[in-house]
Amino acid sequence: MSGSPVAAAGDDRLAGWETVVGLEVHCELATATKLFCGCPNRFGAAPNTQVCPVCLGLPGSLPVLNRRAVELAVRVGRALHCTIRPSTFHRKNYFYPDMPKDFQISQYDEPIDVDGYLELPSGRRIGIERAHIEEDTGKTAHLGGGGRIHGADRSLVDYNRAGVPLVEIVSRPDMRGADEARAYVAELRAILVASGVSDGRMEEGSLRVDANVSVRPIGAERFGTRCEVKNLNSLRSLGRAVEHEAARQVALIETGERVVQQTRHWDEVEGRTSAMRSKEEANDYRYFPEPDLVPLAPDEAFVEAAAAGLPLMPADRRARLAALVPHEADGLLPASTADQVATTVDLGLDDLVVAAMACGADARLALARTANEAAQTPEAARRLDPQAFARLVELEASGSLSATQAKAVLAELLAGGGEPEEIARRLGYEALGSGALVDALDAVVAAHPAEWARYLAGEDKVAQLLTGQVMKATKGRANGKAVAAALAARRG
Amino acid sequence: MSGAGGPRPGAEGLSDAASIASRVRSGELRAADVAEQVLGDVESRDAELHCFNLVTGEAMRAAAAEVDRLVATGADPGPLAGVPVALKDNLCTKGVPTTCSSRMLEGWSPPYDATVVRRLVAAGALVVGKTNLDEFAMGSSTENSAFGPTRNPWDTGRVPGGSSGGSAAAVAAGFAALALGSDTGGSIRQPAALCGVVGIKPTYGLVSRYGLVAFASSLDQVGPFATTVADAALLLETIAGHDEMDSTSLGGPVPRLTEALRSGVDGLRVGVVRDFLADASADCVAAVRNGADVLSRAGASVEDVALPELLHGLSAYYLIAPAEASSNLARYDGVRYGLRVDGEDVEQMNARTRAAGFGPEVRRRIMLGTYVLSAGYYDAYYAQAQRVRTLVARAFARAYEHVDVLLAPTAPSVAFPLGAKTEDPLEMYLADLFTIPSNLAGHPAMSVPFALDGQGLPVGVQVLAPALGEVAMLRAGVALESGATPGARGPVRPGAVV
Amino acid sequence: MAVELTVAEVRHVARLARLELSAEESVHVAGQLSAILDHVEAVRALDLEGIPATSHPLELVNVLRADEVRPCLTREEVLGGAPAVEDGRFAVPRILGETP
Ligand SMILES: [Zn+2]
Repeated sequence: MSGSPVAAAGDDRLAGWETVVGLEVHCELATATKLFCGCPNRFGAAPNTQVCPVCLGLPGSLPVLNRRAVELAVRVGRALHCTIRPSTFHRKNYFYPDMPKDFQISQYDEPIDVDGYLELPSGRRIGIERAHIEEDTGKTAHLGGGGRIHGADRSLVDYNRAGVPLVEIVSRPDMRGADEARAYVAELRAILVASGVSDGRMEEGSLRVDANVSVRPIGAERFGTRCEVKNLNSLRSLGRAVEHEAARQVALIETGERVVQQTRHWDEVEGRTSAMRSKEEANDYRYFPEPDLVPLAPDEAFVEAAAAGLPLMPADRRARLAALVPHEADGLLPASTADQVATTVDLGLDDLVVAAMACGADARLALARTANEAAQTPEAARRLDPQAFARLVELEASGSLSATQAKAVLAELLAGGGEPEEIARRLGYEALGSGALVDALDAVVAAHPAEWARYLAGEDKVAQLLTGQVMKATKGRANGKAVAAALAARRG
Repeated sequence: MSGAGGPRPGAEGLSDAASIASRVRSGELRAADVAEQVLGDVESRDAELHCFNLVTGEAMRAAAAEVDRLVATGADPGPLAGVPVALKDNLCTKGVPTTCSSRMLEGWSPPYDATVVRRLVAAGALVVGKTNLDEFAMGSSTENSAFGPTRNPWDTGRVPGGSSGGSAAAVAAGFAALALGSDTGGSIRQPAALCGVVGIKPTYGLVSRYGLVAFASSLDQVGPFATTVADAALLLETIAGHDEMDSTSLGGPVPRLTEALRSGVDGLRVGVVRDFLADASADCVAAVRNGADVLSRAGASVEDVALPELLHGLSAYYLIAPAEASSNLARYDGVRYGLRVDGEDVEQMNARTRAAGFGPEVRRRIMLGTYVLSAGYYDAYYAQAQRVRTLVARAFARAYEHVDVLLAPTAPSVAFPLGAKTEDPLEMYLADLFTIPSNLAGHPAMSVPFALDGQGLPVGVQVLAPALGEVAMLRAGVALESGATPGARGPVRPGAVV
Repeated sequence: MAVELTVAEVRHVARLARLELSAEESVHVAGQLSAILDHVEAVRALDLEGIPATSHPLELVNVLRADEVRPCLTREEVLGGAPAVEDGRFAVPRILGETP
């Protein structure tokens, strides 16, 4: 799983150093209800209106596990190539006002999903150590002190989110640098959305990322001391925070200091991380098996039923698409084509390309038009009729339409649908089916016998003149490339 | 001698539950009259005994009126129609204060009913009120109540046992025909023995824990108190059965408990737990031996069995129960309900609230439980105690290969004087020595009032059975009851006859 | 082997358990906890190698409920017992530590 080291590009502060990143991603599961009670799992309700005795932690209340949450956790496991195994719940004990019971129910030493991987568009595989089920906490607002925790004089707690089901997906420290960390989260997000596990909305907190960052000299074997960076609410924050944190650690080491293992808070406004106030006892969570819940031992039938209908994951879709386009002699995909494949899959347009190919469209051209043009309006592109798209690609491939013309027709197709031939005609690119071109060519050859003879004798530059005559005869509707091809074909 | 449900010698108080229900259902007795008698009796005598933290007179009258209305219209008022029932004050009652006898929850009313409470009310029972307990069910004498101790109706200078002392004493005093308690390490059986009433800790999972304020979740179980074995079986049958709100609730049909009462003990194989006899008083040992004779004469086979592992149960219990309690009681932090003592910041507020809201025994157990779970000690204490739990379960399994039930003392001694053990927690903990193993294994066990000691105090005999062995346990219980010393069970003071 | 909890250990545990404890009480509690731990020392000394831990008396697995919405409590029920309420939420004094 170790690829070639990738130094953070464009950051001189990191010259000679490698950034090592492992990520913990909390993903809210798209269930109808909370993890242990029947309260709605819904974002945005008025404070403390989505709670019951269970998720408010009232004395005497007991948790009962949501079947759908388990099914979604199984889907996560499958999508990330994990082993799905019997699991148990533990209590993680610590006091915090956003936790109604002052402990969190979480899968601790026996998580449901273990030992998987995620394949990035670059082809690199990032190891997944585990994915486990746990409950979310409530939400705390700090009053006074400008809404920040420090300096606030009091805080207000809303438990609507308390008990919402999460999976925490823990990667191995396999990422090298901020770009790869971002690519991992983007890919993971796509997987979770594709699996129907999450809506993937980072801005609503559906996905929350903590990054474990360390640095080591390029070529070194041993990992450096890591810091955990919290409060990363967007891909942008993640990238910036990893870069900043790596630079901070390098600066420390280069000035002879040591990196202290700690939890740090990313401040998006200040653009820096700072140590969180931690207490000596903060990490003594006194885990023990949750006595109010029984173990989870999903059998084959449960797992298969839960995983049923899982669509192809992005990496599989990229592979499927890549297999359909021509490769270089060395068996690799040209970089530009690989980018087109990634973009197409990312936007969910790979089905369009595959379907168009099935209708006989040229693979490379169909991919290019999808990734470069159709991708501009992905919504419309997903509604495109693959057959019409395939015919358009063929018109261009055969030379009946120029690239410019084909793009214009595609834009019309995306805007309103219809038949590509029809649109081409309407736009005045009449064309010239091959019959009309042959007729025009016949006429030009007949009218310019001398030039034709010179051309036949091998005087290639005459082709230009002949082409011009054909274009003139067709009032510019002919495609230059097609004319040249026809001339060449006639010469034999 | 009396059969189940028949008239009892020496007792002129409240009738047994089966009789009351039958007479109310037939229209012979008005539930409203039962309610008035009970409320009057509690009013005049509970000031001294302090069985109740709260008497819910208005609600009781309303429930009685509803029962009478159903009877009048020919509708079924339920199997416990008109039967006065007392609830341990750690069972949640919607809109009615539920204190756990703690300052921490003083004034708090749950917005929901415990499942067992819903089932009782649906069965037509009349809730008298909420009974006193050792704070959060931690104790063996009910002296750990923040609201003062309950006194034993047999001798008001003595404790009723605990932690369900209020419920046991309420039944013994004739304030209620039935009561619910909770048993984590003996909290139903030990007070039942000390108050001369029947008390059952059911198989773990047979009765829903939803709405029982948790002490130690893997050990807690709700169970009945009654004056007769038949009544206890009737109440257990009413509250037992699967509850989708409790993940540890067993599925499957509830054993036909009341039917078991007529089966006799012919052919029943009984083992006497020899290892417990050395640590019990002479009266308690004699009761077990005499009880074995009663069963033997009734057709059971009796043998002594050696189960030395059970004696490790106490130590394991005093690691496991506080550990779970330390987590279960974390939520009392002054944020959402109950007491708050202000502080400069939230941590100080939490710590002050908890120091002020919890009594010394609760604080001690929280500290102990926190310690044994904390980093570096988990394996040595908690994990080791959980292995002892396996050891205890295996010992029981060995015994149950050749006996159907086990016989043992319920408690090491009869009711002790108030204050006798409050200074020494360890001494108090020993009161649960014989009851704890059943909780560790999740097995049912019951205490049957069987004898009187030289001072006229009741002595209970404990019947233990394997998981879901309630039927065999009750068969032995009925036989013991019929061979018990006359006058060995409550109610102990005459009230008006209803 | 007598178990001796130090006062420092007791104070650490009290902090974990969020119980305010005076210096005097700490000494007292240290003595009591030591006595209890001393009593359970026999259990610690047992050789239970190979014996599995029982965390649960039942052998149930896979107890699951359907993902169906149930009624919530009313705001009044939720906030009715709260020591301090502001703006429909539970009010607490300032929080010094971040969430762990
Ligand atoms: Zn809820």
